[in-house]
Amino acid sequence: MNQIVIPSAGLPSYRDQTHQVRSRFERLKAREVILTVNGLGKTFRSGKKETVALRDVHLSTHRREFLCVVGPSGCGKSTLIRIIAGLEEQTSGEVLLEGKPVTGPGRDRGMVFQSYTLFPWLTVKKNVMFGLEVNNHSTFAAEQQAQQWLALIGLEKFADAYPHQLSGGMKQRVAIARALANQPRILLMDEPFGALDAQTRCRMQAHLLEVWRKIDITIIFITHDLDEAIYLADRILVLRAHPGELQELIEVPVPRPRDLSQFISREFLATKARLEELIYSPHAGDAEDDLYPMVARMTDVNDNVE
Amino acid sequence: MTVARWFQIHRPISPRARLVLGIMSFVLPILVWCVVSYVPSVWHPQMLIIRPGSVDYLEPGMRMDRKAFEGEAADAKSEDRAPPEGIPANPIYLPAPHEVAMAFYTAFTTPPASKDGVWLHESLWHSIQIIFWGFFISSVLGVPLGLLCGTYGIFSRLNEPFIEFFRYLPAPAFGALAVAILGIYDGPKIAIIVIGTFYQQVLIIANTTRKLDLALVEAALTLGTKNSKLLSRVVIPGVLPDLYRDQRILLGWAWTYLIVAELIGTTSGITWFITQQARYQHFANVYAAIIIIGIIGLGTDMALALVGRRLFPWDRSLAKQD
Repeated sequence: MNQIVIPSAGLPSYRDQTHQVRSRFERLKAREVILTVNGLGKTFRSGKKETVALRDVHLSTHRREFLCVVGPSGCGKSTLIRIIAGLEEQTSGEVLLEGKPVTGPGRDRGMVFQSYTLFPWLTVKKNVMFGLEVNNHSTFAAEQQAQQWLALIGLEKFADAYPHQLSGGMKQRVAIARALANQPRILLMDEPFGALDAQTRCRMQAHLLEVWRKIDITIIFITHDLDEAIYLADRILVLRAHPGELQELIEVPVPRPRDLSQFISREFLATKARLEELIYSPHAGDAEDDLYPMVARMTDVNDNVE
Repeated sequence: MTVARWFQIHRPISPRARLVLGIMSFVLPILVWCVVSYVPSVWHPQMLIIRPGSVDYLEPGMRMDRKAFEGEAADAKSEDRAPPEGIPANPIYLPAPHEVAMAFYTAFTTPPASKDGVWLHESLWHSIQIIFWGFFISSVLGVPLGLLCGTYGIFSRLNEPFIEFFRYLPAPAFGALAVAILGIYDGPKIAIIVIGTFYQQVLIIANTTRKLDLALVEAALTLGTKNSKLLSRVVIPGVLPDLYRDQRILLGWAWTYLIVAELIGTTSGITWFITQQARYQHFANVYAAIIIIGIIGLGTDMALALVGRRLFPWDRSLAKQD
């Protein structure tokens, strides 16, 4: 694989934290634990073949923490978040939300998916009201709150539009509002910006940070985009593939508030270098690597494009 | 426009071309019918006798085989008798378009032949009621069962194997049974339409329901939706436009069972009209009645499509169709 290799010479260690960053982490860890994952394992069985998707995963997040999960394809990051959401059942271990074991999906854990999952038959406002209504809020109360959430994401004007009339970025903003309207303890995001174009994704990241700053929410965010992970996260959980195992929990040394200029800061580059080392190292086990053969030349040797 | 462009796969067609082609799809078969009816050199296997001449078994208005006619004419000529005169004609069972058009008009204006007879519109109304009740009863049972089968594996596995078996049994085969149970009037007719529609309906609606994007269900789950609310607030609204489309197709199927259904017990409705007219060889009336069934069917479907667009403004597949 032809990776952009960032010269690590001259970069500080990704473990070095400024005083300000360190005291932020101290405050973060002093906050109560919202979610604990203990010895989580998941084995898929198809016929006689068993595939271990996750093995002995531990993690805990504190209130209002922004945790990103990265890893090579096949590391089980989606499985992890789906188990936390209650959409899938673990084979072993447990998930505790504020000390109570998770059994099945519930409104205390909101989720935003990569595919657009707005209900196409409901208007934007009705989509945001959905969670409140199924949880027995009155229509009036739900409508009031939905208006507030739409204002927060800046889509009041589109309250009566149908999802198919929105752009991809807008759809995901509504999906975030819909999940937050339920006031969950934790927001799970499974590559939510993966289907968006680069520019929209960039704006959505900034927007998400803004939302996160303003409300009491803990976020677990899955991505395969390392820049995205460093830009957003307090801590990054790195998984290894085949089987999906915990590799390292990295405390991002980039100070907050974050902005795009930090992408070339020394802390940022050092963190990225470390992530690449973990994810693209041969031990990371991305089995697809050897599937790409050298292509035989079918043109004249002198007819060179490079 | 080159011919090659017409043969691009899935190439969108302009609204104008669409309209023209739509009209053509009706004009073409009518044109074929006109050619066969009005061009004497095309088909016309018989002769319509105008004057019998010296042939004593012929009468004006009679039809006879062309070969036999020519034989009689040649015989008469050679024996120096008056030859029969006639014009080429089609068999009586293929009336010309204008005759059917006339029949269309007169069928509604002619009072019934016998005192206890019924007008055409009364026959039609009776048929429409049979269809309505058959389809209604089938839907009341079939739609909910289809939705349950499409949503829950337990319903699917418990019902669908038997229904798969049953749907191969031809509905008219239950005619005698239906008469024995339900009498000779409307009961058995409605039953045949129910049997013909119901089993297909359950399977089709179950399949449509299964096609619902599972991600929508998962999204609803993470929003705290539970049990019956999942069905009423996600599954049903999610499949409604497709379910509506299925119902339109199934209604068309119900119509195709109408004639056999109405033959069961006492013949009634449009079928009674058709069989009566055929008995007296009023084939123009028979064609008119058959065409009316088509017009009612297509008209209902187009009206339902229009209503569907109003009901489901978010439905993208509908927008693509039009």
